[in-house]
Amino acid sequence: MDLDFAIEHFPRLLKAAKLTIELTLLSLFFGIFVGVFFAILRTSKNRALFFISYYYSYILRGTPLLVQIFIIYFGLAQLEWIRESFLWVFLKEPYTCAILAFTLNTGAYSSEIFRSAFETINKGLVEAAKGLGLSKINVFFKIKLPIAIRQSLPAYGNEMILMLKGTSLASTVTLLDLTGVAKHIISTTFRPVEVFIVAGSIYLLMTFIIHNFIKFLEKKYSY
Amino acid sequence: MGLLAYGDTGWGDELFFATLMTIAVAAAAIFIGFFLAAIFASFKLSKIKILNLIGSFYTTVFRGVPELLVIYLFFFGGSGAVMYVARIFGYDGYIEVNAFITGAFSIGIISGAYSTEVFRGAIQSINRGQFEASKVLGLKKKIYYYKIIIPQMLRLAIPNISNVWQITLKDTSLISVTGLVEIMRQSYIAAGSTRDPLFFYSFAAVLYLFLTFLSMRIFNKLEKHYSKGY
Repeated sequence: MDLDFAIEHFPRLLKAAKLTIELTLLSLFFGIFVGVFFAILRTSKNRALFFISYYYSYILRGTPLLVQIFIIYFGLAQLEWIRESFLWVFLKEPYTCAILAFTLNTGAYSSEIFRSAFETINKGLVEAAKGLGLSKINVFFKIKLPIAIRQSLPAYGNEMILMLKGTSLASTVTLLDLTGVAKHIISTTFRPVEVFIVAGSIYLLMTFIIHNFIKFLEKKYSY
Repeated sequence: MGLLAYGDTGWGDELFFATLMTIAVAAAAIFIGFFLAAIFASFKLSKIKILNLIGSFYTTVFRGVPELLVIYLFFFGGSGAVMYVARIFGYDGYIEVNAFITGAFSIGIISGAYSTEVFRGAIQSINRGQFEASKVLGLKKKIYYYKIIIPQMLRLAIPNISNVWQITLKDTSLISVTGLVEIMRQSYIAAGSTRDPLFFYSFAAVLYLFLTFLSMRIFNKLEKHYSKGY
């Protein structure tokens, strides 16, 4: 372990971590909407909506994230109508392609987390709310949603950490995130151990922060 | 469908062998993982503080660092490490570590970190009375582990092992960056030479879905088999 070498490259890796954080936060933010949307479809009594949601999460959870990124980044570019549509502005950029892939992926996992959270809500609470004359919208936003959020916190925390690690795949579509820069430094200097320790520590620090943030929320919203 | 023809005209046979390669790497990785998990789970359950610490360090690092970074460490550092050890034994030549071994080890070490937690949880959930009863009956430690504890543990661990297997199977796609010709790498090659990435990557997705579907079926059967007596 060469300490000087590690210190020398630390600032560059730290700067690259900015992109990793950005990708993680944006994907998780959009992913929540995708997740809630499909979780609601899953509870729908309409068979077609149910199946759409079921197969969406089945396919995205059954295939590697790498395949999903490649289909979006390399695959969609092949279709002429996409290249001619306004979507091309977004889909030609690896940055937006990566975010789209991560969002769809984390959306599938979170939809399962949210669905099981909604399913475990005590029926009595919902009935009580209805009995008190709350409207359907109020029951959803004031009763079901807060309980479901509390229920899904531990599992969602895991998903956040998985997404953080997942953003490393952005480096396969030319983006220079923390892993991308780490790989670049390794392949030019052939010092894998030092770079792994520095980049790995930055990742571990981020996982640690997420872990504690979720713990804090769990405590805050426990009842 | 001509693209998938078997033989020289299509990519059917190449993709078939690539699928076998994916299965082989995943299987090798999960066994390496089990081996490591057996060691580190016993560390984590040990009464010795330092062993606890080593066990926790292992699971924290390899579950908290991206798989790709671990693969790069082994890909670029593997030969160096092997040559370093070889030099101690007096061999000075260049040794190149094969892509399969690099892949199986890097994914295996990650898979092992997940398995460690599974094994630890399964052992902890076994009723203490079972341990005590075995001791009272005068069974040797080795025998009661193999005959009493491990069979019960397996039953409890199967659903979680199934999860770890699915993660491991999907992680093998990342080994494609080292050039090992598994599903992802083969699709990349085919996509490049036919300029039809959409088809080949979608087909790769179908292959992975098939593998995950098949393994789910097998694990469900196993789970049923092992919970017979309950």
